[in-house]
Amino acid sequence: MKAVSAQGSWAIEARGLAKAYGAVRVLGGLDLRVRRGSVFAMLGPNGAGKTTTVRILTTLTRADAGEARVAGHDVIAERAAVRSAISLTGQYAALDEEQTGEENLRMMARLRGRSRCQAAHTARELLERFALTDAARRRVSTYSGGMRRRLDIAAGLTGDPEVVFLDEPTTGLDPRSRRTMWEVVASLGEAGVTVFLTTQYLEEADMLADHIVVLDRGAAIAEGTPDELKKRVAAQRLDLTMTDRHAYDAMARRLGGRAVHEAPGELMLGVASDGSAPQVRALLDELDPARVEISRFAVHSATLDDVFLELTHE
Amino acid sequence: MSDYAVMATRSIRLSRRNLDAVITSLVLPVLLMLVFVYFFGGAIETSTGTYVTYVAPGVLVMCAGYGASMTATTISNDMTTGIIDRFRSMDTSGTALLTGHVVASVVRNAVATAAVLAVAFAIGFRPQAGPAAWLAALVILVLYISALSWLAAAAGLLAKSPEAAGGFTFFTLFLPYPSSAFVPIDTMPSWLHGFAENQPVTPVIESMRGLLLDKPLGDSHWHALAWCVGLLAVALPLCGMLFRWRTR
Repeated sequence: MKAVSAQGSWAIEARGLAKAYGAVRVLGGLDLRVRRGSVFAMLGPNGAGKTTTVRILTTLTRADAGEARVAGHDVIAERAAVRSAISLTGQYAALDEEQTGEENLRMMARLRGRSRCQAAHTARELLERFALTDAARRRVSTYSGGMRRRLDIAAGLTGDPEVVFLDEPTTGLDPRSRRTMWEVVASLGEAGVTVFLTTQYLEEADMLADHIVVLDRGAAIAEGTPDELKKRVAAQRLDLTMTDRHAYDAMARRLGGRAVHEAPGELMLGVASDGSAPQVRALLDELDPARVEISRFAVHSATLDDVFLELTHE
Repeated sequence: MSDYAVMATRSIRLSRRNLDAVITSLVLPVLLMLVFVYFFGGAIETSTGTYVTYVAPGVLVMCAGYGASMTATTISNDMTTGIIDRFRSMDTSGTALLTGHVVASVVRNAVATAAVLAVAFAIGFRPQAGPAAWLAALVILVLYISALSWLAAAAGLLAKSPEAAGGFTFFTLFLPYPSSAFVPIDTMPSWLHGFAENQPVTPVIESMRGLLLDKPLGDSHWHALAWCVGLLAVALPLCGMLFRWRTR
């Protein structure tokens, strides 16, 4: 189903990508490698340079420096070849509000060089696959946010792309639509398409990606599988909530460097733990022998949020 | 080539579904014509007999210009939403996109022109043109619509928002007033003559009048053609430049 036009195991290779808008440096020498057929997540806060990276890799913007190959083709010298191998779904739905879902898909398929008949077929297939058949003949202006986003991704698939770029595919979606979107991305990954997605949500990257790069202020500050990244902080910790400010201060002094997490606002301190009952019991006895200072406790499994906060706040 | 057909189909469909625009571009010129004929017409003396005979070609041209200027809004819409990125990432050329809009503009305005002509006819406009004159009038009108549409396209590419692009319609709506559209130029103050006689709307209107009413054309049709071709020669490369600038 999917054409493999280039050899090699990398769907995307970029070296030293730099871009500035006026005096604002958006990317400062970014290197990237995305394995063919993998789901790759670029994680970062607003303004980290995610969209700029996507725009460079999808040939829409030229980098000031560096080079990039997508699906085996150079993004500048072989722009047309790159464009025919990719699809882009941006942050804002790229659809005609006053055309129906079906008309939008047929138009995109026609622009991808399909015949009228093939285009109709592709549109029907995609509507079915994205559970939009019932809404096929309604104008997009009547669609919900989730439906719109699904149609938007479907529109990107009309040309059987090798590499699919999704720029913040779930930003602004309600939790249910977000979950549906995750299923869509996961199914793309299973079909062997290379997916490059950007997100601000660690949970999303954790759930979908084989490989994550964390971007902050135009530079990659960490990279690896979700598990590798999570190993960079304690796997689990015991969060202790103190009864009052006084108890909190006393406990903070007593723990010193042992505290791996501090949240004075919530009177909470965290210590490393393996989460087992005997160890938790021993820790509670050791830290609060009189049983008056700690009011509650919770075992917290490390999330990518912990990694992210640790990486970006230091 | 098929990209052009797909884009033209798209733009025509979007035009058809933008009910507000369809209504304004039909109702406004018709309303204006009625206002001119019934409110002011009695007070205006022209050499063509009834005032409706004088003003109808002017309203036709005004309507065409006004409709064409809406191209600025539709193009600005595409440039400011995500769809331009999608089209570009699919390697659809900017030329195909813009041409689609201009084709839709010509089709839209052909319909509007026919409607204005029908109303004019109903209130007493009696053109006296043979088939050749009709054809020539049509050619000039289509050229004029294309030229203004491409100019509007450039305005649409330049504008930061569709609302700003809409400002271009004021320009095309106003331009027929200091021309021979509604009153003969020699009734205007003399300092206006130079502009009124040498702006593009006047020769287009004068040639429509000459052709439709079987009056002497003078050089007006050559001036009209020169204006249209000249405007196209400026607008087309300008659009190319602005598109590249906009999608840097």
